[in-house]
Amino acid sequence: MDGFARFIKKWDAFLHTLIDDGGYNWVLEGLRNTLLIAVVGLILGILIGTVIAMVEVMPKYKRLPRVLNKVCHAYVAFFRGTPIVVQLLVGYFVLRPMLGLNLSALGSCMLIFGMNSGAYVSEIMRGGINSVDPGQLEAGRAVGLGYWTAMLKIVVPQAVKNILPTIGNEFIALVKDTSIVSFVGATDLYVAFKYIGTNNYEFMVPYLVMALIYIVLVLLITLGIRLMERSLNKSDRRH
Amino acid sequence: MIDVIDLTKRYGSLTVLDHITETIHEGERIAIIGPSGSGKSTFLRCLNCMEDPTSGSIIFEGTDLADMKVNINIHRRHMGMVFQQFNLFHNKTVLDNITLAPLLIALRASRRQRFTAFWKRLLGKPTPDVKTHAQLKAEKEAQAHTLLRRIGLEEKASVYPSTLSGGQKQRVAIARAMAMNPKVMLFDEPTSALDPEMVGEVLELIRQLADDGMTMVIVTHEMGFAREVASRVFFMAGGVIMEQGTPEEIFDHPKCDRLQDFLSKVI
Repeated sequence: MDGFARFIKKWDAFLHTLIDDGGYNWVLEGLRNTLLIAVVGLILGILIGTVIAMVEVMPKYKRLPRVLNKVCHAYVAFFRGTPIVVQLLVGYFVLRPMLGLNLSALGSCMLIFGMNSGAYVSEIMRGGINSVDPGQLEAGRAVGLGYWTAMLKIVVPQAVKNILPTIGNEFIALVKDTSIVSFVGATDLYVAFKYIGTNNYEFMVPYLVMALIYIVLVLLITLGIRLMERSLNKSDRRH
Repeated sequence: MIDVIDLTKRYGSLTVLDHITETIHEGERIAIIGPSGSGKSTFLRCLNCMEDPTSGSIIFEGTDLADMKVNINIHRRHMGMVFQQFNLFHNKTVLDNITLAPLLIALRASRRQRFTAFWKRLLGKPTPDVKTHAQLKAEKEAQAHTLLRRIGLEEKASVYPSTLSGGQKQRVAIARAMAMNPKVMLFDEPTSALDPEMVGEVLELIRQLADDGMTMVIVTHEMGFAREVASRVFFMAGGVIMEQGTPEEIFDHPKCDRLQDFLSKVI
């Protein structure tokens, strides 16, 4: 009973910091940044990943596709071969000053997360493209569309439908990975709750609430993906 | 119309087509028959370079399609192709399947026209009217509806291909090829993947096209159909055209043993 009373006291202190001392501003900012980094990262990742995947499945009779393929392989090898924390640190503390980029910590995080996720999405997308019947591309080429047009209009939309559950996975991983952006001084959900905890050196409740928020976020994303899948599956339904 | 000159296709050490030289004239309806593995489909697919020939040339209206420098996409627009597995675009409705390529191509052309019109206007020259996106779309959709009416599937315009039967899919695939106003149609075993009861409707449609004077090349196992529709029949075996002639010559008076043997098995 004593423990429970202590918890209630801590809970009250947390609520006090959260609401009366304006802690919710941090939480809202953290939440916004977490989602912003994950969403922008995923969009960038899908763009980069799609391009890489299309280069990888290109016919390789000519020199250019072979060279591009090598470049893409190197890209994927680098981004899958190093921890994302290292990429973030190198990107923010080494490349950003060296290249003279005027990027905020938040902007750098979006960029690095996008590039990192691009490497993973490229492999997912390649699997998706390979899962589409080659006859689809053939039919597109047979009516006179170019390789890239046929890929973008016919093959990639079908590939995306096939890999949507896996892309959802990638998005969830991104949301959770954002908890490392404090390494370069960006404010995310974790940083927000650390601030709140630091207020009276009481971390139990803030971190518990933080965990709950992450879980709710992930559950909401899962639901969103389900709904998207259902709407994309309308071409399979018989009616 | 199509001159095939010394066409050879190899996959590694396997020779699928062995120095074929042949001319297909406008208005001809060619049926290609032969045992499986004889190179029938490969020959057909080489005609529009779906398979790149190892050597030799395909002269289509004065252009060598086998030349890698030729923009093959432009020439393929004049050669409709129908596949054994239909290959309708799964992510598009029936109507979009038919309009996709004509519309994309028309839009690209109109963008180019608008670009030149813009500069002409700057220079104070008279500019022709360029059709808008909506006009082109309406035009191509009207054309697609005419085609759908012709194949008797107008009420299926807005459904996805997965809801169609095999025969309906193949008819839509034929309409899709026809929407490009091709000069020649290539059929790659158009009825081989169909249930027997659906073969008739597809063959009937191909017969109508033939009656309209469309030049066509058909790889088929339907001997009765080949005999009835074709103006010339190729018998292929071992990567060469072993024997060719009118349907009467091929089916009633086969000369070479290989063809006699083949016909005794299939008829």
